[in-house]
Amino acid sequence: MNNNKYETVIGLEVHAQLSTATKMFCGCRATFGAAPNTQTCPVCQGMPGSLPVINRRAIEFGIMTSLAIGCRVNVRNRFARKHYYYPDMPKNYQISQYEEPLAEHGHLAIEARDIGIQRLHLEEDVGKLLHEGALETAQSSSVDFNRAGVPLMEIVSKPDLRSPDEAAAYLKALRAILVYLRVCDGNMEEGSMRCDANISLRPVGQAEYGTKVEIKNMNSFRNVRDALDYEIRRQTRALETGERIVQETRLWDPDRAVTVSMRSKEFAHDYRYFPEPDLPPLDVQPAWIDAVRARLPELPSARRARFQHDYALSAYEADILTQGRGLADYFEAAARGSGKPKAVANWVLNELLREVPPDDDRAVAASPIPPAHLVGLLRLMDDGTISGKIAKDVFEKMYRSGETAEAIVGREGLTQVADEGALGVAVDAVLAEHAKVVEDYKAGKKAALGFLVGQVMKATQGKANPGVVNRLLVEKLPKG
Amino acid sequence: MSTLASLTAHELAARYRRGEAVPTEAVTEYLARIDALDPQVRAFLTVTREDALRRAAEADARFRSGAPRGPLDGVPIALKDVLCTRGIRSTCGSKILERFVPPYDATVVARLFAAGAILLGKLNMDEFAMGSSTEHSAFFTTHNPWDLARVPGGSSGGAAAAVAADMAALTLGTDTGGSIRQPAAFSGVLGLKPTYGRVSRYGLIAFASSLDQVGPFAKDVEDAALMLQAIAGADPMDSTSIDVPVPDYRAGLAEGIEGLRLGVPAEYFIDGMDPEVERAVRTAIATLEGLGARTEPVSLPHTEYGLAAYYVIAPAEASSNLARYDGVKYGLRAGGARDLIDMYSKTRAAGFGTEVKRRVMLGTYVLSAGYYDAYYGQAQKMRTLVRRDFERAFERVDLIVAPTTPGVAFKMGEKEDPLQMYLNDIFTIPVNLAGLPGVSIPGGFTQTGLPIGLQLIGRAFDEALLLRAAHAYQQVTTWHTRKPPLEPAPR
Amino acid sequence: MTRISLEDVEHVARLARLDLSAAEKERMRKELDGILSYIDKLRAIDTSGVEPTAHAVPVTNVMRDDTECPSLPQEDMLANAPDRHGELFRVPKIIEE
Repeated sequence: MNNNKYETVIGLEVHAQLSTATKMFCGCRATFGAAPNTQTCPVCQGMPGSLPVINRRAIEFGIMTSLAIGCRVNVRNRFARKHYYYPDMPKNYQISQYEEPLAEHGHLAIEARDIGIQRLHLEEDVGKLLHEGALETAQSSSVDFNRAGVPLMEIVSKPDLRSPDEAAAYLKALRAILVYLRVCDGNMEEGSMRCDANISLRPVGQAEYGTKVEIKNMNSFRNVRDALDYEIRRQTRALETGERIVQETRLWDPDRAVTVSMRSKEFAHDYRYFPEPDLPPLDVQPAWIDAVRARLPELPSARRARFQHDYALSAYEADILTQGRGLADYFEAAARGSGKPKAVANWVLNELLREVPPDDDRAVAASPIPPAHLVGLLRLMDDGTISGKIAKDVFEKMYRSGETAEAIVGREGLTQVADEGALGVAVDAVLAEHAKVVEDYKAGKKAALGFLVGQVMKATQGKANPGVVNRLLVEKLPKG
Repeated sequence: MSTLASLTAHELAARYRRGEAVPTEAVTEYLARIDALDPQVRAFLTVTREDALRRAAEADARFRSGAPRGPLDGVPIALKDVLCTRGIRSTCGSKILERFVPPYDATVVARLFAAGAILLGKLNMDEFAMGSSTEHSAFFTTHNPWDLARVPGGSSGGAAAAVAADMAALTLGTDTGGSIRQPAAFSGVLGLKPTYGRVSRYGLIAFASSLDQVGPFAKDVEDAALMLQAIAGADPMDSTSIDVPVPDYRAGLAEGIEGLRLGVPAEYFIDGMDPEVERAVRTAIATLEGLGARTEPVSLPHTEYGLAAYYVIAPAEASSNLARYDGVKYGLRAGGARDLIDMYSKTRAAGFGTEVKRRVMLGTYVLSAGYYDAYYGQAQKMRTLVRRDFERAFERVDLIVAPTTPGVAFKMGEKEDPLQMYLNDIFTIPVNLAGLPGVSIPGGFTQTGLPIGLQLIGRAFDEALLLRAAHAYQQVTTWHTRKPPLEPAPR
Repeated sequence: MTRISLEDVEHVARLARLDLSAAEKERMRKELDGILSYIDKLRAIDTSGVEPTAHAVPVTNVMRDDTECPSLPQEDMLANAPDRHGELFRVPKIIEE
């Protein structure tokens, strides 16, 4: 919904949980599903006397991401303490980065526009707060610190987004990069990728920004779009009636489809930032950045363009096939193996993707049909051994069993019949059986031919080579 | 009264090696001395009797089988209660941690146990190491063994007094602004603050992260060297511990100080300092010259500003480090709270003493919005200037010699004004700001028999030279062999 | 010149989550005022061009490998809990400010 009178200004803040094996500042496992408070130690639980130690891989993931979104990595950067009291904060300060973040000033392309990225920095996640019912009514809460200390990468965009659609597109593009780099699994529903938005309206033409409102609790692309749509309507209504927009934080309520104010007073936290005295600063030299750059995989947008160019795929096809690095790798392996990229694309898009999601690298890798098997199936079709229809059945059998196409075709005798002698007999039988249809054909109904082909296919359990069948019918049918 | 407990650790170890004594005997004696004297001195918060005797028995066995672990094996020690000891409560001198039992050992503690040292107990201190007299312990005050009406100094008052009264052979304390050196001076023992980063802080309950260091109290220099040897060295659990090789601290102890260049800082002899202290220190300087050292005046012009900078930086870091004490996961939780914030505020009000509250408030203030640059930012720059003062001085001299404190042990309750109390640390604080090593050794006594401390300050990681000079001094003086006139309390 | 007012004290006490009585607040105000005056002498020095020292001994890039160290047993981590609720730490009801 776009408003003529007001321009929407949106900035997005994304928190991505990094896929490191261990936490940001200690050696506890950073995985999920463990019993509460079993993946903690004095460091991540903030016990007296504990000290943090930086996880090198988390820094590398940060550098990799920074390069992928065109940020300038700050040679000298350091951690800082951000103070606020909350039960899920083990130390009542979070080790984050403030004045000297890891990277700044990047950009991310959406459609034809570039969205500016203000900064990228690293910090530690907080624990999980649990309560019965809503926070507002719960008489007590409980805390599980397993998640405390998991590495988070915070990426803050510049306020360059101008609509909820753009916001969703930005998120999608950013997520694709994070998943491609394998630095984050991008799961918004589970919270491994979180998004907060800052949104304000200003009269068209005004340079000054309007009062911005922070929106939290949007845990899917859909929710982001819906929440921002709602906010635009709410703020527009307020501005039209002369009401002041309060600078505040609002939570998206997906059930009631509204944003709800979180704080009654407008006040900013005094985080009392100061440089983390327990951690020496980082000095990210060019040699380190170059080493990370050398390990960067081809990014989604570049790969998409190359698929269109190298394999003559449509934009739509290239888009889906590059949604996951695993799927893109799969496609390319099969395309190169068979020499028939278009055919491979069809089979992957129409058949394989019925079984696995495009962006699930693990499922793609675990697929019972590796690229080489798909290549084998296509070859059997190419050399006439089986028809296209049989091939679809064979594909399904291959998926259930993990066998090659050759093995299945051989064992079940699915080889296509192309022998003219045998097919001639079948054709004669069909023609004899369907005299009326033959008359229709003589009378000019070309569609009758298709029916007769179908009957021959049926009579041969689909094994007849349809091309040969077609030719024989045409030869034997009386000309009209 | 006793024989083994009056020995230094290295003398005790020699007895063990010669088969003239076994650890259980020494531990039993020390425990008996604690029973007899600590009711008056009150150095101990926790005495780990069973644990000590168990460890002693294990050490006995090692000596019997001819396989002792090293020079600290079987040596009875005690630890300032600021160090986490697994399974043994660690209070940090505070009500808020009165019942806190850590599930892990501090690195220095683990290293000492690995060396075979035997823990006698945990020692009293100013709450969260904030103080210069141990009067701010939440539990009780420790008394100076030389005059029970006076303070032993602080914050490591218990650790200093325990060694002074032969209730432990060696102890560990911590020094953030002088909390080892000042009580060492007040209590007539040796107290060493190593270079920042020389010793691991993992498991040290933090006060001011960029200033805290763990160090030994000892009866003589060789003992201090023994202790430092066992605890020094980088720790992967402490990112601020520095990876510099650990020399053999005992190797060059007896080399003497012929030709050593000693700096005497003008700013460390101030108006209003105790004239007996000044006299003792000047005499000590003459003694050092007699041993072959050459003295020259140096200037450390930013000394005074160092105190001001410290009282911004230390409280700021402390207010942050103490934010975690909130009644959620460990420690005291106040009852009767309406909600979470009420619980936080009541818990911290009940759990923290006055001095801690004061510093938390001060620290929170200087970090709060609008004040950071003027206070914390400015103080960190002042720190650079203090550090440069020392760097410049060390271009011309190898060691700096000075008083440890402007006065001697004061009476309990005498220094009520916090600012008055802070001024005690004027000669020790700059050394923490610069991260340099400093040692206080017994340098004399007042007419009334109160100990006077002599301070030596060295270049970063040059503890060996500090110890060598201190050792040379102790070869020609006997201050460090004097024992306080303590009698066991009448039964 | 008073540097710190009673309101300042109350604000800071809130930030620091400290309950102070009226008497404590007033005494704190006086003491902090005195200390701040002392500290103010810092401002007199010209520190332009001076780098702040955050670490006494400058090092950089102290990091560890992304390899697992065993976490402590759940019992150990819950043992000191003032209010334990099964496998969790329980806290009183949370009211947003």
